Amino acid sequence: MDLQNITLIPFGYFEDDFLKDIAEAVNHEFLFSVNIREGHLDLSEFYDPGRRQYNGTKLLKEVDSMYSSDSNKTMGLFSVDLFIPILTYIFGQAFLNGRSGIASHYRLSNERYGIVSDNKFVSDRFKKEVIHELGHTFGLVHCHISTCVMRASTYVEDIDQKSANLCISCRKEFNSKL
Amino acid sequence: MTKKISILIVDDEESVRDSLYNWFIEDGYRVECAENARIALSMLENESFDIILADIKMPGMDGLEMLRRIKLLKSDSIVIVMTAFATVDTAVQALKNGAFDYVTKPFDPDDLSHLIRNASTQIALTEENENLKKKVVSLENVEDLIGKSEPIKKVLKDIESVAQSNSSVVITGESGTGKELVARAIHSNSPRKFFPLVSVHCGALTESLLESELFGHEKGAFTGAMYNRKGRFEMADNGTIFLDEIATISSKMQIDLLRVLESKTFVRVGGNKEISSDFRVICATNRDLKSMVEKGTFREDLFYRLNVVNIYVPPLRERKEDIPFLVEYFIKKYCTSMNRPPETIDSAALTRLEEFDYPGNVRELENMIERAIVIGNGKKITLKDLPLEKTVYSNSIESLDDLEKTHILQILNKYGWNISRAAKALKVDRVTLYNKISKYGLKPSV
Repeated sequence: MDLQNITLIPFGYFEDDFLKDIAEAVNHEFLFSVNIREGHLDLSEFYDPGRRQYNGTKLLKEVDSMYSSDSNKTMGLFSVDLFIPILTYIFGQAFLNGRSGIASHYRLSNERYGIVSDNKFVSDRFKKEVIHELGHTFGLVHCHISTCVMRASTYVEDIDQKSANLCISCRKEFNSKL
Repeated sequence: MTKKISILIVDDEESVRDSLYNWFIEDGYRVECAENARIALSMLENESFDIILADIKMPGMDGLEMLRRIKLLKSDSIVIVMTAFATVDTAVQALKNGAFDYVTKPFDPDDLSHLIRNASTQIALTEENENLKKKVVSLENVEDLIGKSEPIKKVLKDIESVAQSNSSVVITGESGTGKELVARAIHSNSPRKFFPLVSVHCGALTESLLESELFGHEKGAFTGAMYNRKGRFEMADNGTIFLDEIATISSKMQIDLLRVLESKTFVRVGGNKEISSDFRVICATNRDLKSMVEKGTFREDLFYRLNVVNIYVPPLRERKEDIPFLVEYFIKKYCTSMNRPPETIDSAALTRLEEFDYPGNVRELENMIERAIVIGNGKKITLKDLPLEKTVYSNSIESLDDLEKTHILQILNKYGWNISRAAKALKVDRVTLYNKISKYGLKPSV
């Protein structure tokens, strides 16, 4: 794999420290240099008024065609509510063994679930989701180890249960793909 | 997960196919997509999928019709139907048609995970069940048909070739050769193996009893018929009926039987409702049905209806090389059933068993071994434990000289080759006995 780095592309407003934290965690996990590059998209094109959500499938395709290259793994970062046609919502999505993925922190904050707001939670959860989706771009599938970052999460509680790291077997799999 | 679960997504909307495809791929499943029912059905003809996720509303053939056709193709397929327009009617119809589950689009990611997890559990259980059934079958199969001789190998080959078919079988052979074991082996290797094998010993019943036994009866059909009773044909539905001693049935029963075999329908004794049953017939007889047909005592049409395949089970005297295996098998069987430590047999006793002709066939040998274990010392079966002297007049003896030779040998063995005692028992003098030993070349067995 001639991979040079991982690029994080925030769409919309993200605090610098928040992005720095994410980049550090990604770098720590995959040991590739991580760039942050601002992205611009007219999100209204991806908005579904019937569902009042943004179409994740279309956004992923857009990120892939507009911002990705074969020497990069690209992650689009969003703060809007994402869906795919068949599911009511998603936290993120990626092309398995592909070049890009997307993730949103919209549903990761406590206040969405009637709990006291805590930015630390959002940041931790988002790190895990970004690493998880990047894992898919490296060809990793869902893992059954409860603490592995590649474990599938359908609720925020699931995300809290797992760590931000690959388990031994996923790490092995990841190394074999490099 | 022991094997990679395969999923086929059938939906006319590309975005739905794509999103499900990506979701399942990330979960590590093998995924294929079809944009309509026709493509899906043609894919299913060439390839099997563990789970089929299909939309109900599709142009052309809809999901419900596709579900019906999938079930005809492979009845145990797991089909989950999806719809954007849920109505109770369609849900009920889908489940009636055999859908595993029914979901409304869009669904929560967690619901999708649960759905697939449930389906995977079902697949794992089905697989486990299949494996267990295979194990059970291999235990019951043909392990009672002991032997390595060519005649028994031919019987096993015949069983293998007829088992999968639905043809009627006539098993012929002398009493005690194991005809019922052959019938069981055919049944347990056939597609009907998970349904009953119903045995009827025709020779043991009078004509009227046999009629009631085979066809069942309605309450009040005859004195003592206090309740409705299912007949053996009805009980053998989807399974096999084994009619032992078929040559003994009366001419009237032959006609009735022929009619049932032709139509697979019958009426209970005293009833008027026609009952149908899907059974396979296996018959057994120790008589020559063909010569009975020639003599007019067995209906020719019934003979040809029954005798589609004939399996001949040879008498034990025609496969003597199997005797050591049978002896070992019966010793093990009876020691286990009597909670005794495993016994052995001494070589003289085994040799004697191999020399015997067994007019009662394997059943006779089995009884001998059982008796020997009961009366023996619990360690080793010896000559004295075998009742061979009482049944020495075997079929191979034809001349008086043969008879004399065998009898003298038996008496000599009985008295441990003590000439005086043997001569006394035979009521001849010692010189005469020596002459006879010399004439017949008799020697003590080792």
